[in-house]
Amino acid sequence: MSGTHTPWSKRQIAARVAADIPEGWYVNLGIGLPTLVAECIPANREVVLHSENGILGMGPAPAPEQLDTWLVNAGKENVTLVAGAALFHHADSFVMVRGRHLDLCVLGAYEVAQNGDIANWATSFNERVPAVGGAMDLAVGARNLWVMTQHVTKDGHPKLVTQCSYPRTATGTVGRIYTDLAVVDIADGGFVVTDMVDGLSRDQLQALTGAPLSFAMDRTK
Amino acid sequence: MINKQVKDVAAALAGIADGSSVMVGGFGAVGQPNFLLDALGDAGPKDLTIIANNAGFEPDIGLGRLIGRGCVRKIICSFPRGSSTFDTLYRAGRIELEVVPQGTLAERIRSAGAGVPAFYTPTAVGTTLAEGRETRTIGGRDYLLEYALGADVALIEAWQADRWGNLSYRGSGRNFNPVMATAARLTIVQAQHIVALGTIEPDHVVTPGIFVDRVLHVPSGDPPAAAKGSST
Repeated sequence: MSGTHTPWSKRQIAARVAADIPEGWYVNLGIGLPTLVAECIPANREVVLHSENGILGMGPAPAPEQLDTWLVNAGKENVTLVAGAALFHHADSFVMVRGRHLDLCVLGAYEVAQNGDIANWATSFNERVPAVGGAMDLAVGARNLWVMTQHVTKDGHPKLVTQCSYPRTATGTVGRIYTDLAVVDIADGGFVVTDMVDGLSRDQLQALTGAPLSFAMDRTK
Repeated sequence: MINKQVKDVAAALAGIADGSSVMVGGFGAVGQPNFLLDALGDAGPKDLTIIANNAGFEPDIGLGRLIGRGCVRKIICSFPRGSSTFDTLYRAGRIELEVVPQGTLAERIRSAGAGVPAFYTPTAVGTTLAEGRETRTIGGRDYLLEYALGADVALIEAWQADRWGNLSYRGSGRNFNPVMATAARLTIVQAQHIVALGTIEPDHVVTPGIFVDRVLHVPSGDPPAAAKGSST
């Protein structure tokens, strides 16, 4: 397993996700790792960010002189609005989510299964304080669901698996996964690698993955 | 003359009985009816069922205070994290919890206000939250039956209010507030500003006064700045 590869940094993963978001998409970025994507969207590309608590056209965190404490995002952090932003209530916000109006949601995950199941809200079936937030709505509602995650856990266990062992957030809805080692599509019930870090062999990547991989490298590798 | 403005917090909260179900608006620090909640916590009703997005944040403010005073028997919410008061009681088995996905929570409340008793939703199908519950296949996709969720009381924070109870909100302060205002038998508003009829442009009224019963002037000022790195 002693490859000479360097995993992509969180920032690099975020930049890959951002590069794949077309102009004009309405996008919800889940809390945690996916929020980094916002900073990586090219300045000349109009992508409209949605926040569950009632914002379309969410901008970055405020500079101190811009701080408006009446504006928070789904992570309850203070944010700004871009020109063209709209504010609305929670029921309308989830009309956008559940009604398939969002082009994309990017979520973090504990596990993704080869059939597109995602587990990202509880690490056991007896979670001490279960808390789901908007993840289940987003995971079934967005037209495209991409996951952004490390390829393996801190203990080295695969997060891309045949079947989720943690409680599922939604079934069969993940379309693509961006990890620190690879970009993986889900197609015909299996993982299809379309890109991977330099210096990592296909066998090495397979050994770090809990389900069979096929390869359809669509980039220049 | 219609005048829904009340003179003090005791008049605003009058009649909230033990065992009531109480909706609480707000998301993060914004749109929280903390003045009403603090006073309700001090009044000390028993066995309340709270419907909110979270389970409070600061131990002695707003919903956190109400929970800490032992007024709450059960909480229905989407994300009960970030509240040490709730954590302690939940671990001790002294408070019940029903976790509802955030969009399902909003739509259950909206449905109650709209007179729709139940609906089918794709959210939570195939998860532990759907176990043992009715599902139905419609157009080839599976949906979960969810029931409307109304309440005895809704506590709301608004930006502007007039004596008819028309409301406007500021920033992300709408969140659950306008939906909850429609879904309770008694809707009580704390408003930053009381304005004359007609001051809120008809185009800008978000909650029409028909949904509002009582308005209390609470110029509590800007919400506190958010701490970095909290959760949903």
